[in-house]
Amino acid sequence: MSEGTIVKLRRMANQIALNYAAIGADSAVLATADHIKKFWDPRMKSSIFADNRTDLSPIATAAIDLLAAGVTPAPQSGGTEFNKVNEVGHSDAG
Amino acid sequence: MGFERQEDFGTPAVKSDEMVSLTIDGREVTVPAGTSVMRAAAEIGGQIPKLCATDNMKAFGSCRLCLVEIDGARGTPASCTTPVMPGMNVHTQTPRLEKLRKGVMELYISDHPLDCLTCSANNDCELQDAAAQVGLRDVRYGFEGENHLGLATDFSNPYFDFDPSKCIVCSRCVRACDEVQGTFALTIDGRGFGSKVSAGQVEDNFLGSECVSCGACVQACPTATLQEKSVKAIGKPERAVVTTCAYCGVGCTFRAEMRGEQLVRMVPWKDGKANRGHSCVKGRFAYGYANHRERILNPMIRESIDQPWREVSWDEAISYTAARLNQIKAESGARALGGITSSRCTNEEAYLVQKLVRGGFGSNNVDTCARVCHSPTGFGLSTTFGTSAGTQDFDSVMDSDVILVIGANPTDAHPVFGSRMKRRLRQGAKLIVIDPRRIDLVRSPHIEAAYHLPLQPGTNVAVMTSLAHVIVTEGLADEKFIRERCDWDEYQDWARFVSDERHSPETLEAVTRVPAQDLREAARLFATGGNGAIYYGLGVTEHSQGSSTVMAIANLAMATGNIGRRGVGVNPLRGQNNVQGSCDMGSFPHELSGYRHISDAATRKLFEDDWGVTLDPEPGLRIPNMLDAAVDGSFRAIYIQGEDILQSDPDTKHVAAGLAAMDCVIVHDLFLNETANYAHIFLPGSTFLEKDGTFTNAERRIQPVRKVMEPANGYGDWEVTQLLANEMGLNWTYTHPSQILDEIARLTPTFAGVSWERLDREGSLQWPVNEKFPEGAPIMHVDGFVRGKGKFVVTEYVPTDEKSGPRFPLLLTTGRILSQYNVGAQTRRTDNVLWHKEDLLEMHPSDAENRGLKTDDWAKLTSRSGETTLRVLVTDRVAPGVVYTTFHHPATQANVVTTDFSDWATNCPEYKVTAVQVMPSNGPSEWQEDYNEQAERSRRIVQAEPAE
Repeated sequence: MSEGTIVKLRRMANQIALNYAAIGADSAVLATADHIKKFWDPRMKSSIFADNRTDLSPIATAAIDLLAAGVTPAPQSGGTEFNKVNEVGHSDAG
Repeated sequence: MGFERQEDFGTPAVKSDEMVSLTIDGREVTVPAGTSVMRAAAEIGGQIPKLCATDNMKAFGSCRLCLVEIDGARGTPASCTTPVMPGMNVHTQTPRLEKLRKGVMELYISDHPLDCLTCSANNDCELQDAAAQVGLRDVRYGFEGENHLGLATDFSNPYFDFDPSKCIVCSRCVRACDEVQGTFALTIDGRGFGSKVSAGQVEDNFLGSECVSCGACVQACPTATLQEKSVKAIGKPERAVVTTCAYCGVGCTFRAEMRGEQLVRMVPWKDGKANRGHSCVKGRFAYGYANHRERILNPMIRESIDQPWREVSWDEAISYTAARLNQIKAESGARALGGITSSRCTNEEAYLVQKLVRGGFGSNNVDTCARVCHSPTGFGLSTTFGTSAGTQDFDSVMDSDVILVIGANPTDAHPVFGSRMKRRLRQGAKLIVIDPRRIDLVRSPHIEAAYHLPLQPGTNVAVMTSLAHVIVTEGLADEKFIRERCDWDEYQDWARFVSDERHSPETLEAVTRVPAQDLREAARLFATGGNGAIYYGLGVTEHSQGSSTVMAIANLAMATGNIGRRGVGVNPLRGQNNVQGSCDMGSFPHELSGYRHISDAATRKLFEDDWGVTLDPEPGLRIPNMLDAAVDGSFRAIYIQGEDILQSDPDTKHVAAGLAAMDCVIVHDLFLNETANYAHIFLPGSTFLEKDGTFTNAERRIQPVRKVMEPANGYGDWEVTQLLANEMGLNWTYTHPSQILDEIARLTPTFAGVSWERLDREGSLQWPVNEKFPEGAPIMHVDGFVRGKGKFVVTEYVPTDEKSGPRFPLLLTTGRILSQYNVGAQTRRTDNVLWHKEDLLEMHPSDAENRGLKTDDWAKLTSRSGETTLRVLVTDRVAPGVVYTTFHHPATQANVVTTDFSDWATNCPEYKVTAVQVMPSNGPSEWQEDYNEQAERSRRIVQAEPAE
C-alpha cells in the first residue's frame, strides 16, 4: 500500500463522513460505515482498517471501527438501498 | 428497407381533441381540427404537388403549386395554409389547377439548369417530381432571359455544397435553420428576382457563417442546391437502414443510406422519437472515422510497452490474451484482474464485458466511463426518487413553462435536444441558466435567459440551497404535493435546514458570487412560473459534491411539485450515447444489472444459476481505485473496451503510472488511442455501423443499432468478448445480440418486456418495460415515487478542498464543444476538425491583460497535478478568475492539469474545479514533448508476414 493510496482512502472516508454529518453524528457514523461497506473493494477496506486513525475525522473513525469490528450497519440513506432480486425500484449508486 | 424518401405530409401533424370531417376528391377524411388541407389529402394517399411545404416546419404558402379548389370558396387557395373545415369539399386536380400549376412550374424551370441527367439529385429531386406531377412538357419563356444560372457554388462547408444556380428560393432551408435548428444563420438576401439564399452577410460563405452544419437545410432542400458532397461523389443511395447514432446521449435515429456496403449519407429519421427528424453536425456528417486510415483492423500484441506492436491472427491474439489473464489470475488471484465497459458500445456489449469480468476473471472489478460523468446522478436520484434516471422524455420540454439549466450546455453537447429546447423558449417558456460561463443559451437569436446566475465553480450546492431558501421562506413551496407525495417529516427537517439565514442568497453571495436579488427572482420564477423542468449535465456531477447537487436538484423539484407529469421533472443530460445503458447493464463494481447489489445472495444466485459460475460477493474496484491498486501492485490486468482513460480521466500522470504498472493492459478499440500507449494487447473494435445491438439514451429509451455493413476488423465487439470468454472456458454460444438481450430481459426486471423483435416492431421502448408498464414509461413517478415517498435530503454545502490561492489564483473548468465528441477519437478523424483543430483556453480580458496574454498566444496552464500549454482565447464569456478549456485533443492533454479530487459518494472526478495559474509560454511543455515522443514510439507496428 503506497502512501498515496492510503492518503486517498483517508480523504475518501473523511469526505463521506463530512457529507453525512448533517444527518446527525450517530446516524452519520452508521451511514459512513454502510457506504464504505457497500462500495469499497476488500483491499481498500482492509487498508483503512489497518491504518491508524490519526488523520480521520471522529465520524469516519467511528465508522471504520464499527466495520472493522464486523458490524453490518443498516442503511441510513436511500443511496445504499438496492433492488432486491425481483425489484424494479432503486438504482445505481455509482 | 429499399431506398424510398420518407413520406412527407407537407405540414406538421396537429394535436386536437376536436376532429373534422371533409371530402377530398370524393373521398371522406377525418383529421384533427387545425390540420391543413394538404396534410388531410396526404393522410388518404393524395399527392398535391408542393415545393415549399414539408412536414417538419410550418406552412409557408410561397410556391403556389399546392393550390386547390374548394366548393363555395373563392379562388384557388394554397392547401398548405388552408385549415380543414367541417363539410369542406376539396378538389385537388381540375383543369384550372392544372393550368395554374403548369404556369408556375414553367417559371421555376425557366431559371433552373436543365442538367437532370448529370445532377446529383437526379431521381431524388422534388422539383423533378413536381414537374412530372404537373405534366410540364415545355417552357414557353425559353432559357435565354435573365437568370441565376451563372451563380458560383459555395464549396466551403466540408460536408455539403451550396449551388445557388439550382435554388428555387422556396425558403425551406432558411425556415429549417430558424424553426428546426434555431440558429437563424440563413436568410433570403435581396428582393424579387434578386432574392437569393445567403448564409449571413453577403461576404460570408457557409463555413464562415454562423451555420452549425446540423444539416437541416440540406435535408429540407427540394433540389440539389444544398447537397451532401458524399452524394455527389458516390451517387444516389439504393437502400436505407434505420439505426441509432453513436454520439451523445440524445440518441438520434438515422437512416443510414447505402450503396452496396458504402455509406452514402446519414439522414435523420422523422419517426425517431428522440430527435424527431433533426440532427447535429456529428451524427449527420462525422462518420468518416469509420474508414479512417488510422483505424486498426488486425489484432496486435507485444511483451512490453517499449516494444513495437506485432500484428497477429485473431486466434493467436485471443489465446495469448487468455493465457496472460489466466497466468496473472493464478499468480495473484482473481481480484488482480478487471475490466471497463464503454458507453460507446451497445447494451449487449457492456453486459458481456461485465459478465466476462465477474464470471470469467472471477472478480467484480468492472467499472464504466459513467464513473467519470454521471455516477452522481445514480446516487442522487436513487436516494431521493428511488431510481437512477431522467424522469421525462425529450418531448416533455414542449410543455415546460420555466426551464432551469444548470451545469449543462445543450446547444453544444446535446445539440438536437438543445434545438428542441430553444423551440420551446421561442414559444415563450422562461429560462434560468446557472453556469459559470455565458453559454449560448443565455443569449442567442430570439432566445434570452430571464436569469443567468454565473456562479463561482464549486458552489452548486450553495446556489441550490439558496434557491430552496427563497422558495421555503417566501411560502412558495407546493405543500399539497409534498404532503401527498413525499415524506413530510423529512421535508420539515429539510425546510428548517434551508430556511436558516446562513443559506440566504444574501449570506451566500460572498461564496457563490451570484447577485442575491437575481437569485431570489430566479427562485420565485421557478416556483411560480408554471411547469418547471430542470436539465443538468456534468457541470453538476463532476464536483466533489456532485451527488449532493443532484439531490439538491431533486429536493427543489419536489418542493415545487415539479415531478410526475409532462413539462416538469429532473433531466440528466447524458454525455455519451449509452451512459444510461451501460449503467443499467451492471457495469458498476458493486451491482449486477437492474441495480441489485452484489452482496445480495438471492440476486447472486439468480446470475450464478444462469451463468454457471460462482460470483464474488464483495464489491470490486472503481476505475480510480483500480489505478491506485495497480500502482500498489495488487491490480495487474485490465480489459478496456471502447474507452480511452488516459485522455478522458483526470490526473493523467497518475493514470499513466497505473497503466504502466500493470502486467497486461488489453485495449479493444477502433484506434491506437492514448491508453493503448500502455497496452500489451490490442484487439480491433467495430463501429456502430458494423454490428447489431441496442443503445439506451438519456430518456431511458432503448433503441436498436443495426448493422449496415460487415465489420472491417472481422468481428463485432460482442463477438470479440465472446471469443475471449470461450478461450477462458466459459462456453458462450450467442450467435446474435438479440440472444444477449433476451438474457438481459430474463435476468433484469426493468427490461422484462424488452426484446429485439419488439424493438424492431415498435422502434424504441422507454424502461421500465414490465408487467406494470407493458408499453414502457415515458414519464416516471406519475402516481408516486418509485421508492414510495419522495425523500428530501439535507445537503450541507461542503466547499471543495481545491481552492485558488497565491500559487494557483484561477479556477479551471472544462467542457465540450459542438463539433467534437469526448476525447475526439472519432470526431478528430473527420472534417469536424475544421471547426475545432485544437483545445483553447478561454480567459477573461482582465485576467489575460494582467498576464500580458492575447488571443492566439501560447500559455502555460499549471496546477498542482501538472502543466500543459495551449493557445488563449480572450473572451468575457468566462468570469474574471475563471478559465475554461475542452479536452478533445491529446496534444493538449487538459487532464494533465486536473486533479484526483472527486465526488464524495461516487468518486466521480472533480473536473470542473482545478486551481491553476496561467502564464505566457513559448510552446509545448516538457510533459507534452516527452509524451508525444513516447506516444510515437509506442505506436510502431511490425506488419504480419504474409502466409506462405
